[in-house]
Amino acid sequence: MADPTELQPLQEDGQAPALARSLPPFRVRVGRSLWNAFREMPWPTRVCASWLVLIVTAAIFADWIPGLQDPNYQGFLFGKGKTLDPPSMEHWLGTDNVSRDILARVVHGARTSLIFAGGVLLCGLVFGGLLGSAAGFLRGRFEAVVMFYVDVSLAFPALVFFLFAITMLNRRGLGIMTVAVSLLTIAPFTRIARANSLSVSNREFVTAARAIGTSRPRILVREIIPNVYPTLVAYSLVVAAVLILLEATLSFLGIGVPIPRASWGGDINMGRRDIAINVWPMIPPIFALVMTILSVNVVSDWLRGNAASRSSAL
Amino acid sequence: MRLVATLLFVTFVTFMATSLLPGDPVNALIPIEAQQDREFVEQLREEWGFNDPLPVRYGRWLGDAVRGDLGNSYVTGRPIIDEITPRLPVTGELMVVTVLLGILIGVPLGLLSGYREGSRADKAVSAFAQIGLSIPNFVLGLMLIYVFAIRLRWLPATGWTRISDSVTGNLKTVAMPAIALAVAEVAVYLRVLRSDIIITLKENYILSARAKGLTDRFILFRHALRPSSLTLTTLIGLNIAGLITGTIVVEQLFAIPGLGRRLFSAVFQRDYMMVQGLTVLLAAAYVIINATVDFVYMAIDPRIRRRA
Repeated sequence: MADPTELQPLQEDGQAPALARSLPPFRVRVGRSLWNAFREMPWPTRVCASWLVLIVTAAIFADWIPGLQDPNYQGFLFGKGKTLDPPSMEHWLGTDNVSRDILARVVHGARTSLIFAGGVLLCGLVFGGLLGSAAGFLRGRFEAVVMFYVDVSLAFPALVFFLFAITMLNRRGLGIMTVAVSLLTIAPFTRIARANSLSVSNREFVTAARAIGTSRPRILVREIIPNVYPTLVAYSLVVAAVLILLEATLSFLGIGVPIPRASWGGDINMGRRDIAINVWPMIPPIFALVMTILSVNVVSDWLRGNAASRSSAL
Repeated sequence: MRLVATLLFVTFVTFMATSLLPGDPVNALIPIEAQQDREFVEQLREEWGFNDPLPVRYGRWLGDAVRGDLGNSYVTGRPIIDEITPRLPVTGELMVVTVLLGILIGVPLGLLSGYREGSRADKAVSAFAQIGLSIPNFVLGLMLIYVFAIRLRWLPATGWTRISDSVTGNLKTVAMPAIALAVAEVAVYLRVLRSDIIITLKENYILSARAKGLTDRFILFRHALRPSSLTLTTLIGLNIAGLITGTIVVEQLFAIPGLGRRLFSAVFQRDYMMVQGLTVLLAAAYVIINATVDFVYMAIDPRIRRRA
């Protein structure tokens, strides 16, 4: 499931994809209600939520964690460290095949992963959300053009498109990767936004706004968009898991973030070369990667199941 | 109609991107010494049609592509179609085995956990599905290589034996990559089947079958499985299209000479024609499979046919 375009079932009748329909409006609860939500979770979900908080915090503050080493410092070049060192007080998770601190690399790998996933999601939410909302509300030629773009970008398998893009652009890096994948990820967001926008446009309050002579742009901004976004935010958690997986896959294949930048997938690939001698350096990045994807999946499943029982209050 | 429009546009985008590349395509096709001779290069440009307007070139290229001529590889100089044909059955076999494994394992597990909803077995199966969905196929592949190739030495870590050379050899090389791909498929299939079975078992006709005194096993297989497998059928179809991405990764990891690996080597060699050809081919396959799935879905589910 490394393909963000796989996420939405094909439906030609203008209906929201099954997932979008099953998602009730999602309200962001802050402060105490967040803590209450945490207390309501069964313990496996609680572990997963804690892991996500940990990994996001670590990724944001990676540069300021006291005692965390430079992820690219190769001690053995200066006679100060060993390669493939087992865990010790100095290197809590040991060192990799060029004597870099594995803990530092895992933490900075989290940052790479989150920058990528966050960037793509932001593009999807902003561009996909706006395009889709406008398409569903304005209809006509604009909608036809937008939906054609959606159809075309859904026609490319993500990895094939990505390989094509990096060959033609002849450049690598986190930025180009985020842009290339965003181009594809905007499509499913647009699709969901349009489907929601279509149904919102038929609600009474939109008719009422029209009746009192509100201008179309104003209806779009004040009535449609605020009602389209909650579903998109809930959907973006599902996409986040796919994006983290995609970044790891691309870096593992050597076409993602260029070395020496820390990335879970890239580090797993580095460890792969020594698989017959010492598997240890692969294990921390594998654990972090699998645990993060698992956590995102579990937490988003819980939110969906839980939000369903609350939506009756709406 | 929509399908044709999408296909046309996909090929157009791919063609344009390749054509707008900086650098003279003629230079890629002739020896360096010959490139010095400006007049000769210009003559070749004219002769090979590079001076024609873009739409004309696109039309010509598309016409050739439809007839199976995707041009020649910049690196090997051989026709692209000749390089692709022997690789198709390799990727095809990998996909078929993966889907078969997914069905053979996923359907019984889905039936079991849907039938015994809430039981310990159901919870175990659901946990397995959740974890199976969270392990990337390349990580799973690495684990399999470590256990079965390095520790136990039962299977070769990489490579491919053609089925025409040796059936057991072929099975040995297809086993690990197929399992690495199939675990996620199993997880997806069983989840979908489970939730459909749970809904179906609450239907009235199941109750009446029970009242008639039919055994649970008979009800499950004869009355519940058929109506519950509609979503599953579409999903399998959609996933076959999605597997294109998966095979690229796994072929690279296990050094399997399929389409994905050729695409990869072409990317690293900057073999633009090869990348273009394979992209068009894979994207077209993806679009066509997806469209076929929609069609099949309409054919097997009378409710949808009526709505349309």
